[in-house]
Amino acid sequence: MSFNWNIVTDLRDMWQYPFMRQAFEAGTIIAILAGIIGYFVILRRSAFATHALGHVGFSGAAGAVLFGVNPVYGLLLFTMGGGTGMALLGRRAATRDIEIGTVLAFMLGLGLVFLSLYNGYATEAYSILFGDIEGVSAAAVLLTLEAALIVLAVLALIYRPLLFSSLDEDVAEAKGLPMLALNLGFMLLLAVAISFAVQVVGVLLIFALMVTPAATAVQLTKRPLFAMTVSVSVALFSIWAGLFIAWYEQYPPSFFIVSISFALYVAVRGSLALSHRLVRRGVPSPERDAKPGPESA
Amino acid sequence: MASLPTVSPSEDSTAIRANHLEVGFRDRVVWRDASFEVGRGEFTAVIGPNGAGKTTLFRLLLGLQRPSFGDIEVLGAPPRRGNRRIGYVPQRHTIDNETHVAADALVRLGAVGSRWGPGLSFRAPREAAAEALNAVGASELGSKSLGSLSGGELQRVFLAEAIVGNPEMLLLDEPLSNLDIRRSRELVEVVHHLVQSRHVTTLLVAHDINPLIECLDKVIYIANGNVATGPPEEVLTSRSLTELYGVPVEVLHDSRGNIVIVGGENPHEEKSR
Repeated sequence: MSFNWNIVTDLRDMWQYPFMRQAFEAGTIIAILAGIIGYFVILRRSAFATHALGHVGFSGAAGAVLFGVNPVYGLLLFTMGGGTGMALLGRRAATRDIEIGTVLAFMLGLGLVFLSLYNGYATEAYSILFGDIEGVSAAAVLLTLEAALIVLAVLALIYRPLLFSSLDEDVAEAKGLPMLALNLGFMLLLAVAISFAVQVVGVLLIFALMVTPAATAVQLTKRPLFAMTVSVSVALFSIWAGLFIAWYEQYPPSFFIVSISFALYVAVRGSLALSHRLVRRGVPSPERDAKPGPESA
Repeated sequence: MASLPTVSPSEDSTAIRANHLEVGFRDRVVWRDASFEVGRGEFTAVIGPNGAGKTTLFRLLLGLQRPSFGDIEVLGAPPRRGNRRIGYVPQRHTIDNETHVAADALVRLGAVGSRWGPGLSFRAPREAAAEALNAVGASELGSKSLGSLSGGELQRVFLAEAIVGNPEMLLLDEPLSNLDIRRSRELVEVVHHLVQSRHVTTLLVAHDINPLIECLDKVIYIANGNVATGPPEEVLTSRSLTELYGVPVEVLHDSRGNIVIVGGENPHEEKSR
């Protein structure tokens, strides 16, 4: 099937195939989930913890494959276990690079053993590590939707205290907010979001969905709700465009998804840096000649 | 919000009442036998060397720590965590120049950040935040990113965050620590104005008493495990500080009324000699 510039008919062509329809559905749900949770990851400086939970999930997924269980359940079990451990170690555990690093290397190795014990080694390893969005079943889409609804409902309930504790921990604590419970709650939400995002980009590329879109968004806006909207939009665009391109090009969608997400980040950072430099160089000079001190901001 | 505590002045004019108070961590006593009172609407400086236990006093008032001996009353009741009648600015903040969040979003959280459930009304907290920022002379900072603010600007935003719920007491931990003299005096003026206009009991932890000395009603001086309380002119004397530190201390005055405390800053070193 060849590309033509009428994108609507292109999409309609793709969506004749159930696997593509499911890929778009799962991708959309996960973009919303990852985009929103990702904002809190940025705010709480938990990017490395996110990366680590993905790796912890790998051994869970591989173990599940070995025992003939849906890998998502293995992922959920291990990421939630890992997230609970990090939460119990305290908020600062999320920034303890060395401890987290040692655990994640071990978990990755453990996953390797599980997979080598399993016969279909190569394909399963590949899809867990790099994602297989075009292989998402209708049942998996439904499960993803259910998980996303639960996460978003919990988030709606704890939204303000979570934002407060992420932004100003000591004041939030003095105001009587339960810091341990909030930290634990967030790590569990993060674990669920990661477990499902693995279907799209795999454990190794999880950063591109869980962190990059939100990192792009905070460059563009200072308003938390708006930043989450932008973050979701970036994730959504990356996944949709990635799936779209992968339909015509014989490369895995994960590659296009992470590339687009990365390109958007670079474009935003680059153009902001450029505009700051232009403003600094261009605007003050005529005023500086007229009067001393750049009074107008 | 709806139930502002109504306290008639005759009922109790004391904001803090401490009785033979002692605090410590496990086997270490931070300070002991502190008995003092702070009246409502008073502006009090908490002064003393590093590690003397100034922040510990705040943790006690906030209900984050229990005294090991004695008792303490805050606004007529024992301290409890989450007391909405106290506004707090800690010394440590998780905010740095990578925090791309608007200042008024933080101030708004000071008003509604501890409420659970989906928050669908935006107008009331937004107006409260604007009013609080205005009260500290920082209206123009509301739409700026926290990461882009200077030290003095940040302290004003934190102050707005602390007063947004109209607390009866303000606890400010080292708000002047990273400010130059001019910015320190500006911030002290803002705080002093709040104390007077809102009749809010305010305790401010500081290293240096000089930017504050003209507006203070009271000093709580903590050193060497002891606590001395009283009007600045009584506490900040050679005799009283010598007694407090347990080593000879001199209080010197310059021509502009600034004071310098000599001999007390390193009591442990002095003692070991």
